[in-house]
Amino acid sequence: MRFLFLLLLVAWLAAPAASHAQSPETLKALADLVVDDGDKREAAVTVLGTTRDPKWLEFLGALRDGNVYARGQGKAAEVVVGGAKSTKGDQDVIDIVTAYGRRPLGTVPVAGLTEIAADRRLRIAIKPFLDADETRGQLASPDPETRRGAAMKLGHQAEASATPVVEAAIAKETVPHVRHALEEALAQIRLAQSDAAVRVLAAQSLGNLHSFDAVPALQKLASDPAASRAERDAAALAIRQIERWSLLVRAVETLFQGASLASILLLMSVGLAIVFGLMGVINMAHGELMALGAYSTFVVQNLFRARWPEWFDAYFVVALPVSFAVAAAVGVVLERGVIRRLYGRPLETLLLTWGASLIIQQGLRLWFGAANVDVSSPRWLSGGFALMTGLTLPFNRLFIIGLAAVSVAGMYWLLFRTDRGLTIRAVTQNRAMSACLGVRAGAVDAVTFGLGAGLAGLAGCALTQIGNVGPSLGQNYIVDSFMVVVTGGVGKLAGTVLAAAGIGELNKVIEPALGAVFAKVAILIAVILFLQRRPAGLFATRGRGAEA
Amino acid sequence: MRRRESIALAVVSLVLVAVLPALNALPPSSPFHVPNFTLNLFGKFLTYAILALGLDLLWGYAGVLSLGHGVFFGLGAYAMGMHLMLEIGTQSVYQNALPDFMVWNQVKTLPLFWRPFHSAIFTIVAIMAVPALVGLAFGFLAFRSRIRGVYFSIITQALALSAWLVFNRNEMNLGGTNGLADFKTIFGFRLNQPSTQRALYVITALTLIAAFLLCRWITRTRAGKVLVAIRDSETRVLFAGYAPANYKLFVFVVSAVLAGVSGALYAPQVGIITPAKMGVLPSIEMVVWVAAGGRGTLIGAVVGAFGVNWIQSWLTTSYPDVWLLFLGALFMSVVLFFPDGVVGAAARLVDTLKRLVPSRASTPSVGPSNLDVVESEPTSPTPLQ
Amino acid sequence: MAVTRREFLKGSVVAGAGLAAGVGMPSLITAQGKEPVKIGVLHSLSGTMAISEVSLRDVVLMAVDEINAKGGVMGRKIQPVVVDPASNWDLFAEKAKQLLLQDKVAVVFGCWTSVSRKSVLPVFENNNGLLFYPVQYEGEECSKNVFYTGACPNQQLIPGAEYLMSKEGGSYKKFYLLGTDYVFPRTANKILRAFLVAKGVPAANIEEEYTPFSHQDYQTIVGKIKRFASGGGGCVLSTINGDSNVPFYKEFANQGLRSENAPIMAYSVAEDELRGMDTSALVGHLAAWNYFQSVDTPANTKFVRAFKEYAKKTNLPGGESRVTDDPMEAAYFGVHIWRQAVEKAKSFEVDKVRAAVYGQTFAAPVGTIKMHEYNQHTYRPVLIGEILKNGQFKIISRTKSNVEPEPWSKYTSPDKGCDWIKHQGTYQKKA
Repeated sequence: MRFLFLLLLVAWLAAPAASHAQSPETLKALADLVVDDGDKREAAVTVLGTTRDPKWLEFLGALRDGNVYARGQGKAAEVVVGGAKSTKGDQDVIDIVTAYGRRPLGTVPVAGLTEIAADRRLRIAIKPFLDADETRGQLASPDPETRRGAAMKLGHQAEASATPVVEAAIAKETVPHVRHALEEALAQIRLAQSDAAVRVLAAQSLGNLHSFDAVPALQKLASDPAASRAERDAAALAIRQIERWSLLVRAVETLFQGASLASILLLMSVGLAIVFGLMGVINMAHGELMALGAYSTFVVQNLFRARWPEWFDAYFVVALPVSFAVAAAVGVVLERGVIRRLYGRPLETLLLTWGASLIIQQGLRLWFGAANVDVSSPRWLSGGFALMTGLTLPFNRLFIIGLAAVSVAGMYWLLFRTDRGLTIRAVTQNRAMSACLGVRAGAVDAVTFGLGAGLAGLAGCALTQIGNVGPSLGQNYIVDSFMVVVTGGVGKLAGTVLAAAGIGELNKVIEPALGAVFAKVAILIAVILFLQRRPAGLFATRGRGAEA
Repeated sequence: MRRRESIALAVVSLVLVAVLPALNALPPSSPFHVPNFTLNLFGKFLTYAILALGLDLLWGYAGVLSLGHGVFFGLGAYAMGMHLMLEIGTQSVYQNALPDFMVWNQVKTLPLFWRPFHSAIFTIVAIMAVPALVGLAFGFLAFRSRIRGVYFSIITQALALSAWLVFNRNEMNLGGTNGLADFKTIFGFRLNQPSTQRALYVITALTLIAAFLLCRWITRTRAGKVLVAIRDSETRVLFAGYAPANYKLFVFVVSAVLAGVSGALYAPQVGIITPAKMGVLPSIEMVVWVAAGGRGTLIGAVVGAFGVNWIQSWLTTSYPDVWLLFLGALFMSVVLFFPDGVVGAAARLVDTLKRLVPSRASTPSVGPSNLDVVESEPTSPTPLQ
Repeated sequence: MAVTRREFLKGSVVAGAGLAAGVGMPSLITAQGKEPVKIGVLHSLSGTMAISEVSLRDVVLMAVDEINAKGGVMGRKIQPVVVDPASNWDLFAEKAKQLLLQDKVAVVFGCWTSVSRKSVLPVFENNNGLLFYPVQYEGEECSKNVFYTGACPNQQLIPGAEYLMSKEGGSYKKFYLLGTDYVFPRTANKILRAFLVAKGVPAANIEEEYTPFSHQDYQTIVGKIKRFASGGGGCVLSTINGDSNVPFYKEFANQGLRSENAPIMAYSVAEDELRGMDTSALVGHLAAWNYFQSVDTPANTKFVRAFKEYAKKTNLPGGESRVTDDPMEAAYFGVHIWRQAVEKAKSFEVDKVRAAVYGQTFAAPVGTIKMHEYNQHTYRPVLIGEILKNGQFKIISRTKSNVEPEPWSKYTSPDKGCDWIKHQGTYQKKA
C-alpha cells in the first residue's frame, strides 16, 4: 500500500516534468501563433520562452528566421518548422518537422503551407529569450574570445539567474584571461543583488580584479544615497584601485603602441637607409617595392587557398621570403637598368625613381584592379596576448616588432660580420680604391640595392596584416620612411634604429593630447627643426670632403 | 640672339595676350572662335607656367630642388579664395554671410584671421606676402644650417605633407578637404560671365610675361651669375667670399611669391582650391613640368608647364588608364635621355641642322648659354667602371 | 590592357547599335537623324576613390547596354563619354566643363564624394546641365540641376541610429560618432547628434572624433572607444570612408572588442568595400543602406546575375566575383529613370526632362522606388544589414515602405524645405 502511494507520488511529481513540454499552456500558445492577433502572438512567444526549454528556444529561433509555417486551416491548423526546399517535378516542396522535438513529418508542397511571419514586434519579443540562451550557449563555445565576450555580456546584464551557469564555467575554464572575465561577470552579478554584505564583497573583488568594465556600476553604487556607508566606501575604494591600475595600463599601452609604430617605421626605413647610406641613391620607388611585397603576399595567399587549403595558416611563412625575393628582383632590375646610369646624382635619381614608382603603381592597378585586395590573417597572427587586465597586445604587432628586430640584427650581421658586408662597406667608403683592390663595384651596387629592395618587400608583407593592400599602399608610407632616414643620418645603422624609435614613441606619446593629425604634423616640424642642429642627421657620414 | 629672342617673345606675347582672347570674343558660330572651355584651360596652364618659372629659377639656376612648392601655390590660392568666399555673402545655399563650410561645421562667427580678407587690397598684398613670409622662415632655417641637396628636398616634402594634413582639418576653418569653392564674383564681376573669364585670362597672360621678364632680368644680373655658380659648386662660392645662403634664400622667396601669385590666378579660373593641390604628389608633378620643358632655360619652364598639362588633359579624357604610366615614363625618360628637356633637345636639333647646312663659316655653337645642367654636388668621385 | 578593354566596350556599343539598327529597326530617318545621344560618365578611375567609383562606371555602362539593346532612348542609341577625373577634385570641375561644353552631353552620371559633387555643382548650375548623383550624402543641398538618387540623412543615418536605440537593436545608450574628416561625416554627425539629443541621450554619452582620409593607425582611438563602451551599452556610428576602414576594424577586433558588446553601425561600408577586406574582423557588425545584394526579389536576382555576367563578358577585374551595392543600384535605376523621363517628355532638353522626372517610378532591384514630386530626391526603403563572413549582408530589419527624403533634416534645419515646384529650391518654411 505504501509502495503504491510512493509510486503515485513519484508519478505525480514526474508527470509535470514530462508533460511540461506539451503542457496545455504551451499547446495553446502554439495555436495562438496561427491567429492573426499581434497581442496573442506576443503573449504566446513569452509563454514559450519562459519555459526555458531548449527545444522551445530552438523553435523560437526558427520562428525568428522565418522558417515556421502553418499546415491546414482553422482549428486543425498544425504548426510546423520548414527545412530544406527543393523542386519535385514542377512543384516546390519543403521538408517539414514538428514544432517541438523536430520529428520529421515528410516533404510537402510549399503551396499547402502558410508562412507565419515574424514581424518586428514578434522579433523584439523573441530576442531576450534567444539572447539569454545564446549567451549561455556561447559560454561553452570552443573559441576563447567568444566565451570572453559572452562572459562580458552576462556581466552587463547582471541577472542573478545566470550565477550557477557562470560558476560552472569558472570551474571548467582553463584560459586565464577568460576565467578572469568570468570572475568579473560573477562579481558584477553579485553587485546587483540586494544583500549589502554581498555587494561589499563584490565591490572588493571587482577592485582586486581591476575590472574597468564595472566602473560605471561601481560609480552608481558609490553615489547611491540608499546604500550603506560600507558599500559606498567599498565601491569608492574599488574605483580608486581600478583607476590606478588603468593609469598603469595606459602607460604600458602607449609604450607598446610606440614600439609597434617604431618597429613599422624601422622595417620600412632600414632598406631605404641602406640604399641611401651605401649608395647615395634616394629611392622614391621604395613605397612601391613595399607594395610589390604586399601583393606577392596576396598572390601566395591565393595560391595556398586554392591548392593547399589545409595548410593555409602557413602561407604567411612562405610569403615572407617570396616578398623579399620579388622586391629584390625588381630592385636589381631597376638598378641595373636605369639607376646605374645616374650614379653620383642623387637629385636625378630621386626623379627617376619617382617615375618608376608611378609606373609600378599603375601597373599594379591595371593588373590587380584599383580596389584593395583582401589579405586574411593566418590564425596564429589573429587575436592577441593578454599581458595584463585590460591590455591585449595583438599578435600581429608583436610579430612585426620581432621581424624588425630580426631584420636589423640580420643586416648588422651581414654588413659587419661577413665578407660580403665588408666589400659593401668598402665600396661605400672609397669606391675607387675598392675597385683598384679588385672589388667589382658594379656587382656590389646591384646586390646592395637588391638587399634594400628586398627589405622593403618584407616590410610590405608585414604591413598586409595591419593595413590595406592596394595600389597606393606605397604612397601612405613613403614620407614617413624618408623622415626616419633623414633624421637618423646615413653613417650608422644605429641612427635609423634610434630615429625610428624616437619618432614612433614621441608620436604615440603626444597623440592622445593633440590627436592623430596634429601629432604627425608636430613630428614633421620637430624633424625639420632637428635638422637645423644636425643637418645630416643623427649619425652623419664622416668623410674628408669639405661638404661633410 | 638677344634681338631674335625679343622678337620671338613679342610675337608669342601678342598671340597669348591679344589674339586668343579676341578669337574667344567672336560669336560661337564663327570658324575662328576659340571656345570658352579652351581659353579657360589655357588660362589654367598659364598659371602653372608662372609657377614653373619660379621653380626653374630655384632649381635650374640655383640648383635647389624643392618638392614642396605646392604649399606656396596653395597659400596664394587660399588667400584669393578666402576673399572670394567672403564676396559670396548671402548668395550661398545657406543664405548666411558665413561661408558654407562654416555653417555645417557649426561655426557661429567669422574667425579673426578671415576678417582682413574682406578687403581686396589686403588680399592682393597677402597673396604675395604670406608665401613670402613662409618661404623666408623655412628657407632661413634650412639654408642657414646648410641643409642641402637631397636632405633639403626631403624636408620640403615634409613641409608639403604637413601643410596638406593641416589644411585638411576642418578645425582650421579653411574648408577642410572640400577646400574653398563655388565662387560667385571676383571684385564685383560675376565669374560665370565669359567676359570675366576672358579678362582673367588676359591678366594671367600679362602676369606671365611680367614674371618671365623679371626672372630673365634676375638671371642677367650678377646675382644670377652667383646663383649659377652656387648650382655648380656651392663650396667654391663659399670660399670665394659670398654667402650662398642669402642668395638661395632670395631666390627661394622669389619663387614662393611667384607660386603664390599663380595660385591666386588659378583659384578664380578653376573655381575651386583644395588642400590636394598642396600635397606631395602635385608638388612633384610641378617639378616634372620644369624638367620636361628644360630646366635652366626659362622658356623651357613655360613650355613644360603648358605641354605636360595639355597632355594630361588629353590623356585623362581619351586613355585614362594610361596617364600615370605616361607620367612615370616621362619622368624617367626626361631624366635619362633628355636632361635638358624639350627646349634643350630642340636646341641641339637646331644645332645639328645648322652643322649640316654649311651656309656660313660659323663656329659650332655649344647651344644656348645657360644650358649645361649637370648635377651640382656629386657625392663621390666619378666611378671607375 | 585597359585601353583595349575600353576600346572594346566602345566598339561593342557602336557595333551593337549598328547591328540593332540593321536588324530590327524600321528605317525611319527622322529630321534629327538617328545619331546617338551622348551621355557623360564622371567617375574616378584612378586615385583613392577608384576603389569605389569604378563599379559605378561599370554599372552605368551596363545599363546603357541594356537600353541600347532595346532600341535606345527615343530611338537613338546612347553613346557614353567616359572621363577620368582621377580622384582629383579640381579635375572633376574641369571634366564636368568638358562634358557639358565640349562633348555637349545630354546628362551626366557621376561623382561620389561630396567634395567632388560640390566642385562640379557650379559648373552644372552655370551651364544648366543635369547630373544624377547616386551616393548617400549629408543633405543640405537642393540643386535644380542634380537628381539625388542616393539616401538623405533621414533615409540612412537616422534609421541606423534608431535601430541601435531600439529594443530590437539592443537598446544602446552611448554613441561614439567616428568619421573621416570631410563634409559628409561632419554634417552627418551634426544631424546625428541633434537626433540623439532630441531622443534624450545625454551629451556625456555622445563622443565625436575625426581622422583624415587614408588614416592607418587606430590604436589610440580604439583604446578610447574601449573605455567609452566599458560597462556595456556603447556602440559606434561610423562614417569612416575609404580604405581607413580596414585598419579600423582590424584594430577593433585585435583589442578585444566584439560586435555583441560594442557594435559598429557603418554608413559607408558596402559589399564592394568588403570585397577587398579580410571580413573576419567585421562579422556581426552592422550597416544601414537602401539596398543590399542579398535582397530577395526577382528583380534583384536578375540584376545581380546580369551584372556578374557583364563583368565576366567585359573582363572586368574580379569577373564573376564582382558584387552589387547601394550606390550601384542607385546609379543603375538613375539611368533608367532618365530614359523614362526623356521618353515621357519626348525631348532631351534639361528643363523638360527635369519636369518629367518628378514622380517617376521604377521597378528597381530592391523594389519599386519613386522620384520625389518636387525636391529632386528619391523615395527609398531603409534596410539594416549584418555583415557575414562572405562579405554579404544578412538583412535584419527593413521598412515596410519607401521613406520620404528630407534634404533638410528636421533635427538641424526644421525651418528649411526644398521645393522646385512651388518655390525656387531651398526656402524658409513659415513658422
